[in-house]
Amino acid sequence: MNNVQSRTQPSPVSAVRIHEVRPPSLAVTNAVFIGRSIRHSLRNVESLLMAIMLPVMLMLLFTYVFGGALDPSGGYVNYVVPGIILLCAGFGSSGTAIDVATDMTNGIIDRFRTMPIRSMGVIAGHVVASLIRNLLATAIVFGVALLVGFRPDASLVGWLGAIGLIVLFILTFTWLFAAIGLVTGSPTAASGYGFILLFLPYLSSAFVPTSTMPSWLQGIANHQPITPVIETIRALLTGMPAGDYGWKAVVWCGAILAVALVWCGAAFRRKAGRR
Amino acid sequence: MKSYAVEVEKLRKSFGKQSVLNELSFKVAKGTVFALLGPNGAGKTTLIHILSTLIKPDGGSARIEGYDVVSAPEDVCRSISLTGQFAAVDEVLTGRENICMMCRLSGLSSRDSRIRTEELLAQFELESAAGKRAATYSGGMRRRLDLAISLAVNRPVLFLDEPTTGLDTVSRRSLWDMILQLKQQGITIFLTTQYLEEADQLADEIAVLNGGRIVAAGTAEALKSRIGGEVIELRDRFDQVVRTIPTNGSVNDVRQQLNEIAALYPPDTRIAIRQPSMDDVFLALTTNGTKEASLA
Repeated sequence: MNNVQSRTQPSPVSAVRIHEVRPPSLAVTNAVFIGRSIRHSLRNVESLLMAIMLPVMLMLLFTYVFGGALDPSGGYVNYVVPGIILLCAGFGSSGTAIDVATDMTNGIIDRFRTMPIRSMGVIAGHVVASLIRNLLATAIVFGVALLVGFRPDASLVGWLGAIGLIVLFILTFTWLFAAIGLVTGSPTAASGYGFILLFLPYLSSAFVPTSTMPSWLQGIANHQPITPVIETIRALLTGMPAGDYGWKAVVWCGAILAVALVWCGAAFRRKAGRR
Repeated sequence: MKSYAVEVEKLRKSFGKQSVLNELSFKVAKGTVFALLGPNGAGKTTLIHILSTLIKPDGGSARIEGYDVVSAPEDVCRSISLTGQFAAVDEVLTGRENICMMCRLSGLSSRDSRIRTEELLAQFELESAAGKRAATYSGGMRRRLDLAISLAVNRPVLFLDEPTTGLDTVSRRSLWDMILQLKQQGITIFLTTQYLEEADQLADEIAVLNGGRIVAAGTAEALKSRIGGEVIELRDRFDQVVRTIPTNGSVNDVRQQLNEIAALYPPDTRIAIRQPSMDDVFLALTTNGTKEASLA
């Protein structure tokens, strides 16, 4: 019934030019994906609240419930704040694994891949949204910490250094969780694997000095990435010298970040690249 | 001079030991609707994935608008739009945000994207739901949104993988109308379907894919005539079709068939002689042995 050949009308009617449109630049592509992920974050109210409430609850718990026993002088809050911030960053960035896994299992990734764009921008979008989410949560944690007696003694340089390291830490873990989201088959599995990584802060000097641990555990606690990051942030905030911890923290984060980026690239190509 | 939108030559693909596409060859003329008809598992989606650069073929070649899918995937991506089997919309975003995002990703400026988005919302009758999240859309609305997204900018070839699967009759017919409108705009449409009626209604050319091979190709009329004239349809007293038998329509053949039927079926069985439907063609082509295959 429809054997009408209609090659004479090549154009759909549109008020804008939609023929031979040049593909968007990398900057525009990434901006669009970042905007998308931020919208996702804002609309996932439960996750957003959880990412903010959990660290606040933990800080109150550690300060008021355990703090008295751990340090009767009442100074525990100054000790625990960096640990809470990292715990909060780890928890906040773990959501990226779920976001990425969800995108990979939904047909939408196929559409992105068949568009003339660099489709890995979809992952970058989730990472940037996670960074923004986490920095917001970190700011709130700092605010609450100040209310419950946290008294940092940091210079401007100290603050900048601490914030810089927190940003690096968040990026590192977010890319790591993005890679986990890419290699696991489903959002549920992604959230399960992500959970394992969240135990790392407990096995570090985040909540108690490692010297109070049994010697075999000290070996683990002193040689895992969280401890130097915690010690560096703590030193920067309290105006003390960070010693070796500073460069160790940066090297640990840098190395994990590099591995996570390569892993992400490879996993994305395998899962969403041209096979 | 490129006169074909899609050219496929001896295309092969297997997953492990299982051969999915076996030396496929066919061409689709520009500005036409081409329907790839086949049962589940025939290899339809695999073929669409190869043609849209999502997976690589094992052998043979495929060109879209003259661009090879393996050696020039970027050019292919600039020539196509894919609407996958499951409506690929962002459920968290609203309908308007979905379309606007794809306009931006297709290269329109943010001002042009806003204008184009409103045009597409109107064209696909989504204005009233534009501000609602796509997760709340019905199946038909999701499909319309999906199609709207595919048309953000003008790409010469549109792939539709089972566009109406799971839709009710009304939504299906409205989607058909929209697909025919797109054809009027000169877009080459490559669709897969397992519904014969859909291929019959929409397509200029139909290819029947079964077991990784094209078992027949041509216009709906040509395919129907392949089955050889007409069919005798037998209905029982509940008006259920119990059998269809191909016939050449001659007195001799019909008499012979009737003799056999009279011996096998109760006397109140009713018969009719009619033109073959696409269903008859499909059954005849996708099962082995033409004679037995035409058993309904």
